[in-house]
Amino acid sequence: MSLRSPLSRARGLGSAKDGVGHWIWQRLTAVALIPLTLWFVASVVMNAGADYSAMKAWVATPYVAVLLAIYLATLFHHSQLGLQVVIEDYIHTKWINLSLLLLVKFSHVLLAAAGIFAVLKIALGTT
Amino acid sequence: MSQNSTSTGPQRPLSPFMIGPYYRPQLTSMLSITHRATGVFLSLGSVLLVAWLVAAATGAESYASVQAIMGAWYGQILLLGWTYAMFFHLCNGIRHLVWDAGYAFDLKNVYRGGYLVVIGSVLLTAGAWALACA
Repeated sequence: MSLRSPLSRARGLGSAKDGVGHWIWQRLTAVALIPLTLWFVASVVMNAGADYSAMKAWVATPYVAVLLAIYLATLFHHSQLGLQVVIEDYIHTKWINLSLLLLVKFSHVLLAAAGIFAVLKIALGTT
Repeated sequence: MSQNSTSTGPQRPLSPFMIGPYYRPQLTSMLSITHRATGVFLSLGSVLLVAWLVAAATGAESYASVQAIMGAWYGQILLLGWTYAMFFHLCNGIRHLVWDAGYAFDLKNVYRGGYLVVIGSVLLTAGAWALACA
């Protein structure tokens, strides 16, 4: 399915000069986050009250480690796209706008990398 | 990216913002701004999710200190707030995806879906905490 008009397709980029990529990625990550979030919340609810070793054993389960890594990557991509729109809509002072956009982008890469590394470290048994 | 409010550009007339003294508060506009607010709030909450995982990967002591913060009364209030924000953003996000697919965009269904989101997010939050505390 294409959401683009013939003229838009010919130009390819739209008025924002970067096409519909942002819009599509926001929806794509949203759809992926529906089952991922439900799975994560259900797991946390079922494991409520578990101690340190039980929590590590859960993270180290192969399918859990894989799903957690995918969840973190998808979550932070979606979060970055959403915060970007909020900043673009409400922060009208150019240098604050740009500084916040950079801060959000960099911090999201850092958080996603830290979270995925922590999952891998536990899952590969090097803690 | 609108730059109309900068002092250098021409001062064009602007439509008043939907939240403020000019429009009566409505379910639709309130849910719309709440969707954004919960999104920002959840982004902050994801920092705690990473802190929890990094603490677990660091060692038993770090994990215990993060667990102590989340177990304290302020931690529990934050977790309850994040649970509700998550279920609201999830339910209302599905409402948005239905609209994006071209359905339920008439006034009656926009309100019907809105009330469904309000009731559903409260019930899901209550259910999750009831199960977690059981």
